[in-house]
Formats: sequence, C-alpha cells, structure tokens
Amino acid sequence: MRHLMSPLDLSVEELDEILDLANDIEAHPQNYAHKCDGLKLATLFYEPSTRTRLSFESAMMNLGGNVLGFSSAASSSAAKGESVSDTIRMISCYADICAIRHPKEGAPLVASTKSSIPVINAGDGGHQHPTQTLTDLLTIRSLKGRLDNLTVGLCGDLKFGRTVHSLIHAMIRYPNVKFVLISPEELRVPSYIREDVLKKNRIDYKEVVRLEDALPELDLLYMTRVQRERFFNEEDYVRMKDFYILDKKKMALAGPDMLVLHPLPRVNEISVEVDDDPRAVYFKQVQYGVYVRMALILTLLKWRDKTC
Amino acid sequence: MLNVGALHEGYVLDHIEAGKSMMIYHYLNLDKLDCTVAIIKNAVSNKMGRKDIIKVECPIDTLSLDILGFIDHNITVNIIKDGVIVEKKELTLPKQITNVIKCRNPRCITSIEQELDHIFILTDEQNEVYRCKYCEEKYHGK
Repeated sequence: MRHLMSPLDLSVEELDEILDLANDIEAHPQNYAHKCDGLKLATLFYEPSTRTRLSFESAMMNLGGNVLGFSSAASSSAAKGESVSDTIRMISCYADICAIRHPKEGAPLVASTKSSIPVINAGDGGHQHPTQTLTDLLTIRSLKGRLDNLTVGLCGDLKFGRTVHSLIHAMIRYPNVKFVLISPEELRVPSYIREDVLKKNRIDYKEVVRLEDALPELDLLYMTRVQRERFFNEEDYVRMKDFYILDKKKMALAGPDMLVLHPLPRVNEISVEVDDDPRAVYFKQVQYGVYVRMALILTLLKWRDKTC
Repeated sequence: MLNVGALHEGYVLDHIEAGKSMMIYHYLNLDKLDCTVAIIKNAVSNKMGRKDIIKVECPIDTLSLDILGFIDHNITVNIIKDGVIVEKKELTLPKQITNVIKCRNPRCITSIEQELDHIFILTDEQNEVYRCKYCEEKYHGK
C-alpha cells in the first residue's frame, strides 16, 4: 500500500499519470461522480486549515464518497493525550483513506507506519505539503502546457515557505527549468536548498532582491505570503510584510504570457487590482487543487486495491 | 604496566579515542551483558598518543557493532576465537541508527510522542550527514 508524504514519493511517470487523470476529471467530471460511492475519507486536521481541508472534502464528495473527521486538535482525542499512532489505528477501522494535517513535522509519517489505509500528508509543520505541490504542478502544466523549459520566479518568504521548497524539489526533475529567487536578504532560501538541491543538481538559478528586475524574464511568478507565525518578533514581521506588493504597475513589466500563482491565503502581497488580470491564475489554482486531490484519492485507492 | 588477560572468545575494540570508552560501553549495552568486560582508559598509543580499549569476553555473535561506525569509524575491531584474532572488522557508517541520538527539532513529532523511536537515516555518506526520519532535521551533534 502506498501513502503520500512528500511530492518526491512519486516518480515523474507516476506524477504525470496523476496529472493526466486530473485533467481528464476536469474535462469529464460526470465520469467520476460515482467512483467513490460507499467510500469514506477521514480528514484528521490537528490544526486549523480552511482551504486544504475543504478542498479534500470537496474532492471526495465530487467522487461520490463521504467525509468524516475533525478540524482541530481540541476537538479530537489528541486533547485527551491520544497518540497519532493510536488515532490512525482507530480511524483505519472507520474510513478507506485519510488526509492528515499536524503542526508537528513527521506526524503523517508516523501515522502511515501504523495505518491500514492510505495516508496523505496534508501539511506537517514547516516540513512538507505535497498536495499543494501537486496543485501547483497541475496548474502550471495545464496553463503553460509543459513543466520543462520554464523560468520560474519565486517571490517573498523563501526561507520558511514550505510550498516554495517543495516546488523547487519537484521542478528540478524537469529539464531546463531556471529559478529566479526573489526575496529580502533575511528571507532567502535556506542554504541546504541552495547547496544540496540547486547547486548539487546544477540547476540554473539566481537570487535578486528587486521584483521589478526579475519580472521581464519570467514564465511564472510564484508569490508567497510573509507568514506572521514564523517570526519571533512582531517588528521583523512588520518590516518584511510589505516588502513585495505585486500591483498593476509591476505587472506591466511582465510578459503577456507570464502566470501569477500563489498558494493562498494572500494578505497584501498581491493587490486586488491584479485579480482581474488574465495572467493572475491563483483562483484557478484552487480549482486545480480539487481536481488533483480527486486524482490522488483515486490513484491511492487503486494502488491499495492492487496490493490487497 | 597494567595487564589484562587475553581473551578466549570475544572482541577487542582498539584505538578508541581517549575518553570515549564509557560512551561505547553504554551504546553497546555492555552493562546488560553477563560476561567479562575490561575497559582500559588512557592507554599509551604510538598512533594516537592516548587511547581507550575495551575487551569483551563473549560469544562472537553477541554484539551488534553497527553503532561503532557512527561513533567513530577509526576504531579497530578485533574478533577473537580460541585465543587468536580471526577477523579485523572494517567499520562503516550505519544506514540507520535507532535511539542513539535524539532529534532536537522542537517541531518534530518525536518532541511530543515519547514512545517513538528516534531514528536517523544516513542521507549523505560522503559528508556523514544523518537526518531525522520524521522531520529530516540534520543531526549537528558530531
């Protein structure tokens, strides 16, 4: 039985299969409306999340399945001191597949070792968030038509942003992808990403501070939010939060085909005036998130059935 | 000169960095073995200046020595049978180490679930990098 802990758990071929399936779901949703009739998805969310949890629930409902679970640790047995291992053993008796979000890194992996149903990591602390990466890849491939030969700008909090780290990991597997890393000095990508991932794999990249300088050459701009919860003092956060604001004026510097992505929620790093620009695809990205989660649920259930 | 009797069957762990023998004693769980153990500290060594030595009289399939490779792969392991050295074991870095070092990442699941084993995986042999199996935090202790 397979689980999904990291986007790199999937080979490029397996990833392509899931993205192909997601595109087919997008084109023919009615063909998939009863694929999970009688099946249940458990959403174990030990910390609040609106988008990811609802996206999973929407995905399972679109497949004809049902959903059960909890949306905070306080409303689960964790509040009574139950371990993740015990909870997953219990949930395995109630559901056919589960998505787990936990503030502690590695919690979904612990769950997967004790589970008799497929486990999907729906975000573990600052570690991994593989379904966001699948969403990003599906959005890019669907709207650009490819995952290779791209110049990708990553902007904002590149230090703490797990979505950025996962996306870099996933995209270096495709040929001729270049990265432009746009961040203030304090929020540069961690050295292990620079040294162990980019340099080690001889990936073309550069680091810049000014967004304006990077925009003309980008095929994609991946904006991120500066996350208040990652800072130990409010002063640093206030200083950083307005560092990058993408507005109409800056968008005028970008090419006509450059796409703007954002994992959401946004605060003020993308001005609302950009929302109507056809290059702003972050709300389409949310829709692709549902398609790719549907494809992932179907794929993991298919792999489970093969091994049963 | 200190004399410790020759072994009939067992292990001689030589060229241990001076002062590390007690750590190895604990890691190998020698305190739990019902056999003769000699620990020689600060012995004179031409190669190292000072060194520690551990001699263990026990059947030669008793000890799991993988962990020694993690602690110090320069340790010489002599395996003794019928009073003679039958093998000099080469130490390598173990692929995985369990409950020897602890993950110090406060965001790791091991920080709140006490019953979990602390497992580290060798992710970069050349640079001797171990990472926590759960959160992938690099071990900085060595």
